[in-house]
Amino acid sequence: MQRYLGTKSAKMALTVAAAILLVAIIALLGYRNNYGPKAFAQWTMDGIRGGSIYALVGLGFVIIHSVTGVINFAQGEFVMLGAMLCASIFELDLPLPPAVKLVVAIVASVIIVTLVGILLERGAIYPARGAGVVTLIIITIGATIAIRATALIIWGTRAKIVPAFTNLHQNDLIFRPFGLTLGAQSLWIWGTVALVLCALLYFFERTIMGKALRACAVNRRAAELMGINPSRMSLLSFAMAAALGAIGGVVFGPVIRPQYDMGLVFGLKGFVAAIMAGMVSPLGAVLGGLITGVAENVGAGVTGLYGYKDLIAFVILILVLLLRPQGLIGGEERGVEQS
Amino acid sequence: MSEEKGWAKHSNIVGIVAFATLVVALGLVETFQPFGFRFRDFTGGMVTFDTLIRIGILTIVVVGLNLLMGYAGQISLGQAAFYGVGAYVSAIMSTLASRHEVLPGISDAWWWPWLAILVAMLVTGAFAYAIGRPILRLRGNYLAMATLGLGVVMYTIFREGGGITGGHDGLAGIPRLSIGESFAFWPVERYYWLVWAAAFAVIIIGLNVINSRVGRGLRAIHTSELAANTMGVDTDKYRVQVLVLSAMMASLAGSLYAHFQAIVSPGPFGFVASVELVCMSAVGGMASVWGAALGVSFFFVIKEVLRARMHQLLRGAGGEHELIAYGIILVLVMIFVPEGLSFGGIKALSWLRNLAVFRRGDGREIEARTGQAG
Repeated sequence: MQRYLGTKSAKMALTVAAAILLVAIIALLGYRNNYGPKAFAQWTMDGIRGGSIYALVGLGFVIIHSVTGVINFAQGEFVMLGAMLCASIFELDLPLPPAVKLVVAIVASVIIVTLVGILLERGAIYPARGAGVVTLIIITIGATIAIRATALIIWGTRAKIVPAFTNLHQNDLIFRPFGLTLGAQSLWIWGTVALVLCALLYFFERTIMGKALRACAVNRRAAELMGINPSRMSLLSFAMAAALGAIGGVVFGPVIRPQYDMGLVFGLKGFVAAIMAGMVSPLGAVLGGLITGVAENVGAGVTGLYGYKDLIAFVILILVLLLRPQGLIGGEERGVEQS
Repeated sequence: MSEEKGWAKHSNIVGIVAFATLVVALGLVETFQPFGFRFRDFTGGMVTFDTLIRIGILTIVVVGLNLLMGYAGQISLGQAAFYGVGAYVSAIMSTLASRHEVLPGISDAWWWPWLAILVAMLVTGAFAYAIGRPILRLRGNYLAMATLGLGVVMYTIFREGGGITGGHDGLAGIPRLSIGESFAFWPVERYYWLVWAAAFAVIIIGLNVINSRVGRGLRAIHTSELAANTMGVDTDKYRVQVLVLSAMMASLAGSLYAHFQAIVSPGPFGFVASVELVCMSAVGGMASVWGAALGVSFFFVIKEVLRARMHQLLRGAGGEHELIAYGIILVLVMIFVPEGLSFGGIKALSWLRNLAVFRRGDGREIEARTGQAG
């Protein structure tokens, strides 16, 4: 039994069967509760919106992990810092028209969070380089606690408000195409994420620095022998991850009311996205983020159990880890049978 | 190491006796209150007696976690799930009579909660066994994340369990433990003895496991799994066994927690709790059963002292500032003493011993003296 289950085709067949079963269950549940295709479209759209942020966070995980081998728990805190900083800079009484002020707030908060990322790498990760997995995980956990507590002291427990980008107002402009509800901010989110992805693609494919980063991810020792400074690459990866998180937080800010403790959820979901990418593929992280977002929204919508929403992402996490630890997209087996 | 002489040979027994003496002394002070002194007076009112009980409860969890992480080399970021299962099984079973009026006459007998503790341990152990095989195939970071996912799943079940787990508010009215109808393990001073008796039992079990055949096998896994496999160590079996053992220890601690608080809510069993447990284990020193008690105590003392004194260090600081210090201390300990404080202490001792100040005559004499030290 074990022998046949272990083969590649058997695994593939099992995966396909599970997928078909899942779709059937979702369709059945939807049919029983009289949810039409419209409801499904709405959930999917909301899911893609949330999933875009998970994708950005997941990208941060993948970049840091592939360059330094560290799993950076503080990733979600970058999202929180981005959103909170943007909101509080916008609240300042600057002699600027609101639109300009928002741009200033966005740029300033992304820059500040990037600096926080750099500080984190130099202050906590770099001194402990070469330490074991557990040590590094715990260091980033310590950093997470410190960042979160600092946020609590600065901003308190009250939720902040980032204005919607389109009308600079707390309540966003809402379109109703085909009877669906679509906030204008969703368009900003999708546009930003697409732009960021294009920029990343250009960076990794066309610039020397991006190629150096990729080389470092493939083989650190060899990259070092080729004259690439791994310490600088580690710094760059943290700065990039922090900036990605901050951008996510800023564009998602108007959709949720940012609060000092929102980082954890985004960090964990982003991590699920990164795991789907096998921790190596940036494209996989984006797909993983979108899948996570859609799955949890459709799942919670169909079953009506919104309290269990977080459960869905982690059930996916465990399933992926056990069935395809190398990630959804290709690659040889990682994580299993190696110490 | 094979030629340990004097006290070093019996260091575990010496450790148990010394530690037990400390625990008993603290308990006696609180029970009899000589000259009106209570435990909290020694600490300037910063650390209360309740804290000692919490330290005892979490020591039980962290001993199990140390066996799993320090000896078997398996990271668990979901240990609070097992802790929670123990607490909830105990809470649900011991409130059957008062909440649901099930099994009257049996479920309100004095021995029922004790039975519940055993059932909770068996349930948790079985649960750990069921998930152990598939989940322990993973390694390193991946295992950490799978257990993290497991922790979040269990937390969500506790939180959303509705009538069974009481949802956000949890279950209240958990009875105190007692023997017979008349002798209850309450007030706090009495519960202290129960918790620490359990903690010592767990510490002794932990020490025995380490020095047994299983323990040697586990250490072999930690060093090199391939080599251990080649030498005929059934690594999979040992890893599942130690997971089950650590889960059962966590469950016991959970039950003790439930009967201590008299109320169980999802809060203390979430992701943050799991992370704190790992931190306690790492700060104390994972590869040491003693590190468990040390790490837990260190965390609680830091937490309480910061809570009490932070506003004096930093003008206008509220309770939240302690968290920053907490995070920074964690980072510093991991950077400078990654083996944990217990090993840091040993290193500091040997460094002190080699300092010129303590040196009389030549090096050979020192060797001779340290050899005869006990």
